[in-house]
Amino acid sequence: MTTPTPKIRLADVHKAFGPKVVLDGIDLSVARGESVVVIGGSGTGKSVMLKCILGLLRPESGSIQVDGEEVVGLSSREREQVMRKFGMLFQGGALFDSLKVWENVAFGLIQGQGMERARARDIAIEKLAQVGLAASSGDLFPAELSGGMQKRVSLARAIATSPEIIFFDEPTTGLDPIMADVINDLIVKCCKELGATALSITHDMASARKIADRIAMLYKGRLIWVGPAKDIDRSGNEFVDQFIHGRAQGPISMELRA
Amino acid sequence: MTDLLAAIGRIFLGFLTHTGRLSAFTATAVSHVVRPPFYPRLILRQMIEIGYFSLPVVGLTAIFSGMVLALQSYTGFARFSAEGAVATVVVLSMTRELGPVLAGLMVAGRIGASMAAEIGTMRVTEQIDALTTLSTNPFKYLVAPRILAGTLMLPFLVLIADIIGVFGGYIVGVYKLDFNSATYISRTWEFLEPLDVISGLTKAAVFGFLITLMGCYNGYYSRGGAQGVGAATTNAVVSAAIMILVFNYIITAMFFGK
Repeated sequence: MTTPTPKIRLADVHKAFGPKVVLDGIDLSVARGESVVVIGGSGTGKSVMLKCILGLLRPESGSIQVDGEEVVGLSSREREQVMRKFGMLFQGGALFDSLKVWENVAFGLIQGQGMERARARDIAIEKLAQVGLAASSGDLFPAELSGGMQKRVSLARAIATSPEIIFFDEPTTGLDPIMADVINDLIVKCCKELGATALSITHDMASARKIADRIAMLYKGRLIWVGPAKDIDRSGNEFVDQFIHGRAQGPISMELRA
Repeated sequence: MTDLLAAIGRIFLGFLTHTGRLSAFTATAVSHVVRPPFYPRLILRQMIEIGYFSLPVVGLTAIFSGMVLALQSYTGFARFSAEGAVATVVVLSMTRELGPVLAGLMVAGRIGASMAAEIGTMRVTEQIDALTTLSTNPFKYLVAPRILAGTLMLPFLVLIADIIGVFGGYIVGVYKLDFNSATYISRTWEFLEPLDVISGLTKAAVFGFLITLMGCYNGYYSRGGAQGVGAATTNAVVSAAIMILVFNYIITAMFFGK
């Protein structure tokens, strides 16, 4: 599965907050054009892993490469360059509530790339259409939209700059099953159209099965299983089995009391 | 005994951490204020928010301060037949002390709180992370325009507060205390020196910087949902108010100390 230069490569990444170890040696490669989904319970460090790759958090040790280029410890200016390759769909949408919908979608084009507003607006409307939103919704503010629509706007913003790599942070959380499936379809469609590399984190198995080429399971700061999505049901790993079937009993014991 | 020492040590380390983080934040913020690219739209919006929309509250504070100042100094000075000094006392107190300090405190409550709440909410809803992933430096986009606008607009606000405060003193002096209008005005100008006004406006610029800095800093590092944003808002106002009073003394000593 490893190609000569993977799009994203993590090697032995460690991250701790004080005494609490969150990532305890993560190794993962994502090939160009591939879609990898990382599954795992709440609080197992899925978001921390994404934030380390994005440079929002700095790992204590280990190497993170994007297109073969080391990104740990880049200066903020160099990082802005690397960021141009990325798009990200945040869990809560993270839309800028002081800006209109179209300004949100066009943000990366106007602020990041210095495009004129009129042209950026046209592209924004086009991207909104791609995620199934009418041009008229572009003039609303994010607070005026429903949760599902906010997710779609957020997706439109993530793909607006035609990024090479897109991260999806729990894209279906908080949506009804039908809207979740709509979002899953959109994610698959958008990644295919852009030819983008996708890395997602979720605990929604329906979503993981739909959008993943490969699935990795994160447990206690380590990736305990990585394999093709179609093999998830015969992983032979009891942790994975417990997780995908959502059983309370098994090797993973929930710490109800901290 | 060791518990006590440990507690003292912890508080001291916490203090050092905080001071170091604030210093680093200030340095980064200032470096972004002076380096391009600039965001004129954002700076203008903040200038209107800080300057124009603070006018009513600052104006009301100033007029009543000027009025009470005239009344108090009149009753006090009457005890040793120095009523003639009322106009001079009002204008010197307003320009040197009360204008900048009262306007600063009012703006700290209005602007410092709203900045901390806005930026804090953006932090906890991941909007600040979203800025970074859209190749936009949050310091450049959020912090620098606010600090620049605050530092530029406070002197204007204070100048207006000075004028309104002196006018408040004039109203009380002429209509309540039966001073001659022309005498009151000439007494106002007689002992006023440029340095009185300049020192006040210098204070105003420093206060504007401090208010916006503390608002941005506390918002930027707020943690943990609604409660965290609430705490950030309180800290922004309290720390700005204390710093205003401390720097008021320092600047006064620099201008007029011997």
